[in-house]
Amino acid sequence: MTEIIVVTSGKGGVGKTTTSASMACGLARRGKRVAVIDFDIGLRNLDLIMGCERRVVYDFVNVINGDCTLKQALIKDKRIETLYVLAASQTRDKDALTEEGVRKVLDQLIADGFDYILCDSPAGIEKGAHLAMYFADRAVVVVNPEVSSVRDSDRILGLLSSKTQRSSNGNGGVKEHLLLTRYNPRRVANGEMMSVGDIKEILGLDVIGVVPESPDVLAASNAGVPVILNDDSTAAEAYSDAVARLLGEELPLRFLEEPKRGFFARMFGG
Amino acid sequence: MGLLAMFRSKPATANIAKERLRIIVAQERGGRGGPDYLPLLRRELLQVIHKYVNVDPEAVQINLEREAGHEVLEFSIALPEKPGA
Ligand SMILES: Nc1ncnc2c1ncn2[C@@H]1O[C@H](COP(=O)(O)OP(=O)(O)OP(=O)(O)O)[C@@H](O)[C@H]1O
Ligand SMILES: [Mg+2]
Repeated sequence: MTEIIVVTSGKGGVGKTTTSASMACGLARRGKRVAVIDFDIGLRNLDLIMGCERRVVYDFVNVINGDCTLKQALIKDKRIETLYVLAASQTRDKDALTEEGVRKVLDQLIADGFDYILCDSPAGIEKGAHLAMYFADRAVVVVNPEVSSVRDSDRILGLLSSKTQRSSNGNGGVKEHLLLTRYNPRRVANGEMMSVGDIKEILGLDVIGVVPESPDVLAASNAGVPVILNDDSTAAEAYSDAVARLLGEELPLRFLEEPKRGFFARMFGG
Repeated sequence: MGLLAMFRSKPATANIAKERLRIIVAQERGGRGGPDYLPLLRRELLQVIHKYVNVDPEAVQINLEREAGHEVLEFSIALPEKPGA
């Protein structure tokens, strides 16, 4: 059984690609066969975050157009045996992705026996975002603790429940999860930032993970090594937990409180 | 809270954010799945009402209720308090 998971948000720049890359690595590290697809046509990014940008020969649109086989376009990860990346095309043609084309590629991945297909959605609610979610069984809705991100994610929830294959064929709809990222426990404690409880209450979603704001994320993208592979990072641990929850494990949320600091840091740290 | 933080005292705005979102999300969810003309209807309705009373855009609420077999469109308009009343 293949499960198709869309990583989506509405608002741009909230952490979809970071999340797609880390969750794909996390699932593959647990022995699952995973393909992660960049749906951001024209603004390819996932290849950089995954560190495979120099190995892109063919892309998603090439496969759809029959310029190459799916096998030729899938980039095998050098770190994890069971992980594959399908890069976005850099074309400016907005109609390069079609429902039929996307269906064809997903069907082939399913026939190839992949356990998980992760779809890294572009921002917005236009065609690219629509096609990234259309065939999904599950959705990871990435949210920052900030008003515009929360509002946009609610619009995405509306689309997930009305404009997807699962919502229209009576298959019980898309299973939705909330992934809160760039969380700053100190600012939450000071009342400057909405808490995970606040956002959960507003959106009424089950929380699959809370990822702290962390300098390790930039370091990871600089190096082309998804942050989940960094052994001493709280962001990595938070993503590992989210992967475990996706696989059905029940774990308490971590990193919701600021780490204890020394006396001087507390007096003068602000 | 550290000493410096005490002097800097930032307002706790998270509650304001939560309250605003609670309202806007409820409003947007209410109109969802309804006919596409609802936002336009709301705007035009507001214009008509404005000819008679000066109400706030927030004072006009539209609600779509689905019941077995039919839909009910519900309008509620909160009139401003009369001065001195
Ligand atoms: N937990 C985090 N801590 C700090 N920075 C983060 C975190 N998550 C993401 N970022 C930063 O936020 C920026 C946007 O991340 P990312 O590219 O993953 O977002 P996106 O939602 O895919 O954006 P787009 O909508 O453009 O596709 C990046 O600079 C990334 O390093
Ligand atoms: Mg992205």
